[in-house]
Amino acid sequence: MRELMVRAMYCEMLGYEADFVYIHAIKLAQQGTVLEKRVGISIFLKQNMYYLQDLQSTNLIEVCMALTVVSQIFPKDMIPAILPLVEEKLSHPKEIIRRKAVLALYKFYLIAPNQVQHIHGKFRKALCDKDPGVMMSSLHIYLQMIKENPASYKDLTGSFVTILRQVVGGKLPLDFNYHSVPAPWLQIQLLRILSLLGREDQSMSELMYDVLDESLRRAEMNHNITYAILYECVKAIYTIHPKAELLEKAARCIGNFVLSPKINLKYLGLKALTYVVQHDANLALQHQMTIIECLDHSDLIIKRETLELLFRITNAQNVTIIVEKMLGFLRLCNDDYTIIDLVGKVAELAEKYPFTIWFIQTMNVVFSLGGDLMQPDLPSNFLRLFADGSESEEQDRQLKLYAVDSYLAVLKGDCSHLPQRFLQVISWVLGEYSCLKEDVDQQEVIRLLKKLLEQRGVSSETRSWALSALTKLCKGPGYAELALELAESLSSSLDTVLRQQAHELCLLSQDSQLHARVLPHPAPSDNLEVDSSLSFLDGFVSDALAAGAAPYKPPHQRQEELSQQRALSLEPYGLSLPVTMSSCTLTDRQSPTFLSMSSDLSVLCVCSANTLMLEGVKRVWGKDGYIPQKEPSLTPAAVDEPSDVVQSPDQQGAAETSLPEPEPEPPQLDQEKQQLASSLFVGLGSQNSMSLLGKTEVAVPRFRRKARQHESASTSGTSESSSNSSHSSRSTTDSFLYGGLLEEEPATPIQNSYHTLNSTSENEGAATVSAKEDKQANSSQILGKSIVSQRNCSKSLPVAFPHSSDSMVLQLPSELQELPHSDVVSLTSDPHLSVSCCRVFREDALLLVLLLFNPTETALRDVAVELSCEEPLMLNTEEYGKLWLSISNDVKQNLKLLTGGGDPLRATLNALKDSLQLHIVDIIGSEGIVACHLLRGGPCLMHCRVHGASLAVWLRSPLPSLPDCLLYHCQRALQEH
Amino acid sequence: MIKAILIFNNHGKPRLSKFYEHYSEDTEQQIIRETFHLVSKRDENVCNFLEGGMLIDGSDNKLIYRHYATLYFVFCVDSSESELGILDLIQVFVETLDKCFENVCELDLIFHVDKVHNILAEMVMGGMVLETNMNEIITQVDAQNKMEKSETFIFQSPRQDR
Repeated sequence: MRELMVRAMYCEMLGYEADFVYIHAIKLAQQGTVLEKRVGISIFLKQNMYYLQDLQSTNLIEVCMALTVVSQIFPKDMIPAILPLVEEKLSHPKEIIRRKAVLALYKFYLIAPNQVQHIHGKFRKALCDKDPGVMMSSLHIYLQMIKENPASYKDLTGSFVTILRQVVGGKLPLDFNYHSVPAPWLQIQLLRILSLLGREDQSMSELMYDVLDESLRRAEMNHNITYAILYECVKAIYTIHPKAELLEKAARCIGNFVLSPKINLKYLGLKALTYVVQHDANLALQHQMTIIECLDHSDLIIKRETLELLFRITNAQNVTIIVEKMLGFLRLCNDDYTIIDLVGKVAELAEKYPFTIWFIQTMNVVFSLGGDLMQPDLPSNFLRLFADGSESEEQDRQLKLYAVDSYLAVLKGDCSHLPQRFLQVISWVLGEYSCLKEDVDQQEVIRLLKKLLEQRGVSSETRSWALSALTKLCKGPGYAELALELAESLSSSLDTVLRQQAHELCLLSQDSQLHARVLPHPAPSDNLEVDSSLSFLDGFVSDALAAGAAPYKPPHQRQEELSQQRALSLEPYGLSLPVTMSSCTLTDRQSPTFLSMSSDLSVLCVCSANTLMLEGVKRVWGKDGYIPQKEPSLTPAAVDEPSDVVQSPDQQGAAETSLPEPEPEPPQLDQEKQQLASSLFVGLGSQNSMSLLGKTEVAVPRFRRKARQHESASTSGTSESSSNSSHSSRSTTDSFLYGGLLEEEPATPIQNSYHTLNSTSENEGAATVSAKEDKQANSSQILGKSIVSQRNCSKSLPVAFPHSSDSMVLQLPSELQELPHSDVVSLTSDPHLSVSCCRVFREDALLLVLLLFNPTETALRDVAVELSCEEPLMLNTEEYGKLWLSISNDVKQNLKLLTGGGDPLRATLNALKDSLQLHIVDIIGSEGIVACHLLRGGPCLMHCRVHGASLAVWLRSPLPSLPDCLLYHCQRALQEH
Repeated sequence: MIKAILIFNNHGKPRLSKFYEHYSEDTEQQIIRETFHLVSKRDENVCNFLEGGMLIDGSDNKLIYRHYATLYFVFCVDSSESELGILDLIQVFVETLDKCFENVCELDLIFHVDKVHNILAEMVMGGMVLETNMNEIITQVDAQNKMEKSETFIFQSPRQDR
């Protein structure tokens, strides 16, 4: 029997069905001897059946086996039943059982974390277990839990450090040694845990420096497993709060890895480099020659890793050559996963530098290589960038002409093998822009598109793209015939979308006016609004309803009714219904205004533009608040060497000797490589890599990018220009918002209002401050400026108002009474003075009328009005961090720094605080955080960082226009200083 | 975590497969096939790591393999495992097999599948590395064998009487 079971198991592994064995396996496991049980259980393991009985057994081995079964994939709903049994085993006298129990619990934790919540304390006990093996198993749990939530395990850092120190110091029994390295796997686990704990936490990191140093020092033997430890060490060092000394050592380690002749180590070295260049690009410079060699390595995996590394160090100057390398690799490789990954990366790089012919070329290669595997948003991103165009008209035109030319050339050739996505892009571009090109006969374009339309092997989606391009081109009476022909041939198509488009084409080609209205040329760059509620159809619907049509039911409702009608299960029918419905709704939506592909696209673009905003934004605020910046202390580590290498310009020899050159090569090859190196690493180490050869051969393309607000944060290289533009645009909006309100000193309006007051109500000592305010600002509940102090008007005030005690009727000046206004609200009063206020809505402005009533004899000599809408928000740094994360509207801007006298940041912030009533939460190094909130309104958080001579400010607030307002006032306040 | 452990020979015939995550029979077979396809076309002098196979979902996973004579030992792991660490774990596994079977060869794996499974269960439990010390593993396996033998001895005698 047992033998048979084993055979059956083997058969199953080979891929044959052996279901019939399972029941026998269960029998065997329940009744048989241990030996037979084991076999039965092996089959269980494969089939994830569960089996509890043995957990209660007194036999050690039976319990062991039961735990093994449990730790295999276990059904979630069974956990409560078995949890107490496993928990009990945590205090079993035998260590192997405890060990297995811990792992089983870990498995439970992975499957259902909330059910294991209550035994976290027991995990801690397991960590302190006297047997190192149990402790080792518990590290699995901790690694996972710390990964999820590092903050709550910070207190354990000390113990982990102690454990690691003991392990490294060889305090464990010799049993744990592997090739005379003490418990290497344990060390690896611990290093990972430490790096998680020390990330962005200086105080924790400080605890670890010593032990990391020690493990670096100890792990110097030449065995695989020591390299594994070294690698983890290096990663940990670069993850935790940096310490120059350690970084230097780690950098040397990486060097050893990269230069190692062992291929596995090289791979890890490259991986480490990729990880490290994010912090410190200079390290890549040191190893540039090795990287170049790896690029030509015979191992595809190494190549890929190298490209990944290059991808990380791409900048405006080396992007062309790096992309070229990537495309070269792309042509060679045939693994789907790699293609998708790489295509995405190339496109990402290319999109950073659009509006050059290079961009078009690259994207064309990407489309033809990546084919239909690529991410679906790639083509639409490309089209959006393409349609948005660049700043200069002429350049834009040239580019589009180039694209049209190249696509025409593509279509003229054999295009049956081209991917569908590429064809779709081609048809869109041709439909949109082929008319830019005068010398091309439109007929030719149309002929090509028609050919595409009729080609076999083209998907119906592509067909509809081509058809909509044709629709755009077929304007004027000359094409009516063609349109008719097309419409006729397609009106019998099985595809409803195609059929509908053909119909539209037919109609539009007959009516050129309609054509011009529906498909304006050039296509409107602003986003078309889609009325998703289909309200324009309301009339039609009500007409139809009046005529006796059945009211519309959504598909799911209809399906329900359908299935209710017939009690039998109707799977096939039920399924077919929603499909047809969805195509129906699609056509419904399209028919009235003919939302062509382009409009669909632009809708899509809006979405992507919205999501774009966060890309590339530097993470300053982490999950638990403020993340200290790493750069300042990182730089000293690696600057020395590259400058050594590169400060010897023109001298090839010197450069060669200091560059890592494992094998002597013919000088010409060498030179080529160096050239490649210099072109690959341009711009990394500022000027120095340029001087590697004394000159660079590669023309450095200058990329310009249209400055757009929502992208201002996406690239570091271009952010300056774009932020400038957003600056200007924003300040215009601001001045628009505040137009008349505060630019002019309030003296004049007040005099005016006095005038009116005097004429209307003599007996009231009232002053009216009329403040014009834009309605926009009002609607978003931001009542503009915080403080208006009247300095100039004090002289105009000494007008004595006669006192009258009998009537205290507060009324508005007559000319304002006509206008819609709010009730007069009494703000405050005391025996000497009462103040009321009223809002008057004029067509062009909001007037804020302040009525001052003075019942005393004395004359009002001086009125100072201070309008304040915001007040400091008292927060501490942590609350700030949390609040910051919860708010999404953000605005960034550069402000000027106040110079002179102490710390410029502090001075600037204090000035802002004094004039704008802000609360300075904290100032850390070169950064400061500030908070305020509107009276009875939302908060606004401000994060400032000194950036050269300017102050980079980043504001967030739940109210969309509050940051803009605040920024404006900050600027003003700083100007006044 | 270790997602799967596969052993197959130079021709792609599976000799042992162990999955620590649930896949359907068919997917398992497909994974074995594809893994063999990926691994077998690599030269001897390239690195032992393979990344981003589509098969075992997600880019987080990687394959770490070693080639011994006629057999490929492939571990599929996620990012929480150390590459070199796993590489040495394979070494430990093979050495353990070698010790248990005295000069292990492909035939041993075929005829003693159950034993191989038992050894593996002592090394890796539910995808986690349980024990890396060869002697410790062998002690455990031996203890179980001993117990088995004593039991079979007891049970066998009445059977022989029959």
